[in-house]
Amino acid sequence: MTELPNATDRKMGLVIDLDTCVGCHACVISCKGWNTENYGAPLSDQDPYGSDPSGTFLNRVHSFEVQPKPCGSEQAPAAQLIHFPKSCLHCEDAPCVTVCPTGASYKRVEDGIVLVNESDCIGCGLCAWSCPYGARELDLAAGVMKKCTLCVDRIYNDNLPEEDRIPSCVRTCPAGARHFGDLGDPDSDVSKLVAEREGMDLMPEMGTKPVNKYLPPRPKDQMEDQIDILAPLLAPVAEEAGGFLGWLDKALDKLPGNSTEGAN
Amino acid sequence: MHPAPSVILFTTLSGLGFGLLFFLGLGMPDVTGMVSFVFFAIAYALAVGGLLASTFHLGHPERAMKAFSQWKTSWLSREGCCAVGALLVMGLYAIGTVFLDTQWTLFGVIGAVLSLATVFTTSMIYAQLKTIPRWNMPLTPAMFISFSLAGGALLAGQETMATALLIIAGMVQLGYWSYGDKAFAESGTTMGTATGLGDRGAVRAFEPPHTGSNYLLREFVHVVGRKHSQKLRMIGFGLGFALPILLLLVPFEGLMLKHTMAAIAVLSHLAGIACSRWLFFAEAEHVVGLYYGKR
Repeated sequence: MTELPNATDRKMGLVIDLDTCVGCHACVISCKGWNTENYGAPLSDQDPYGSDPSGTFLNRVHSFEVQPKPCGSEQAPAAQLIHFPKSCLHCEDAPCVTVCPTGASYKRVEDGIVLVNESDCIGCGLCAWSCPYGARELDLAAGVMKKCTLCVDRIYNDNLPEEDRIPSCVRTCPAGARHFGDLGDPDSDVSKLVAEREGMDLMPEMGTKPVNKYLPPRPKDQMEDQIDILAPLLAPVAEEAGGFLGWLDKALDKLPGNSTEGAN
Repeated sequence: MHPAPSVILFTTLSGLGFGLLFFLGLGMPDVTGMVSFVFFAIAYALAVGGLLASTFHLGHPERAMKAFSQWKTSWLSREGCCAVGALLVMGLYAIGTVFLDTQWTLFGVIGAVLSLATVFTTSMIYAQLKTIPRWNMPLTPAMFISFSLAGGALLAGQETMATALLIIAGMVQLGYWSYGDKAFAESGTTMGTATGLGDRGAVRAFEPPHTGSNYLLREFVHVVGRKHSQKLRMIGFGLGFALPILLLLVPFEGLMLKHTMAAIAVLSHLAGIACSRWLFFAEAEHVVGLYYGKR
């Protein structure tokens, strides 16, 4: 039934660190790779090599620019570029579940994951209409609704090494910007992270109570003295050429004709 | 929102069909035999035709039967149940009036209530969506029901009632446009709340996640038709309400002329409602567009 459970035993979800995400889209690719060949219908592409390519993705990375307001009489701080991964937030009060006419969409009692039973989905699209986050996409080839499964076929999969039993996007993220865990347990690592960094909900006014949290980017209004920590290591070692090359340099300088200035 | 022809056709035709069934169920017009058959044929053609059209946008229409199961939570499921119930009960009533020259009033009244309930459940599919502020208001069901009743009365030949109901429906339409235009701003959802970055400064969409289009943009971000929305509102209002009311109020001599004018009024109303329904979708803005810096 598409009635939401009153409570779930656990609230498995993601914590996404907007301070750390570098916008590399590795999570997008690894998500598509894992999910196109595992749970449910493949994530199809339309016209992939043509002039108007499009396809189904369960995770997409947007980029936003935030221009902070000036503080008093001071000049406004520099604008900040924020990469913004977005996938299903596995809401506690998921509107996509209750609108489903067939019972294909459901929220699991044991871990709170929102899933679609693809053999019951009629592809009416109403769940995607009801989702404020754009987390659901109708696959044009399969005619059924696709969404993030929190890699339900990885996280409980005994055939995988233990370190791989986390969602594909989390496993792949090279910046460590994605974290996976039980957000219903206040002592879990992810809950502590959210408490420490003041994790936030997206569109709280929609009343969806998302499980996934976003960690706000730290302010970046101070220029540090030494930005490039590798710079000292990369400084030229020999300023003046000596030995045979030094003699050759001087000899060539004496020949008539122009040498490029500054070259040695 | 993408104005899908199948859904516009469905809501326009079936709204009119169920409106006519409502009046037929209440014995308006009080007809039996062949005349009753013609009325019911028109009502069923509109209602069933509309329902069939609505299955065209499904990814898996062959599984449509499953959609009757979730009436506890889903307005779409409730709509399906009400529609089938209305068509079955009104079918029994129709058998009575067409073939047996009797009016089973109980079936008629139940069928009329179910017909109106169908239109209401259809409207709630849209009105329940917080994600589309323009639809998420009580004026949405008011609009669907007033349109259905006005169109039904017009088709049922109830001139006085049709005039009054058309005036009411026209006023609801104006109110819907007026309040709808402010709905998105009043919902409080902005790019700031969508990204959670609003209290840090002005948020601007810098780069979309992909170079091409996708399902979300095709389905939810439809900006092409909005350019002409003011002109289309005038056309829709003129055809849907002003002209039919005028044709109903002007006294025509002769039965033939009267029937011709009534037919013109019905066709004009149908075209006007289709135009209004197109705008209903094309002008509706889904909050997901904010993530793309679009509306």
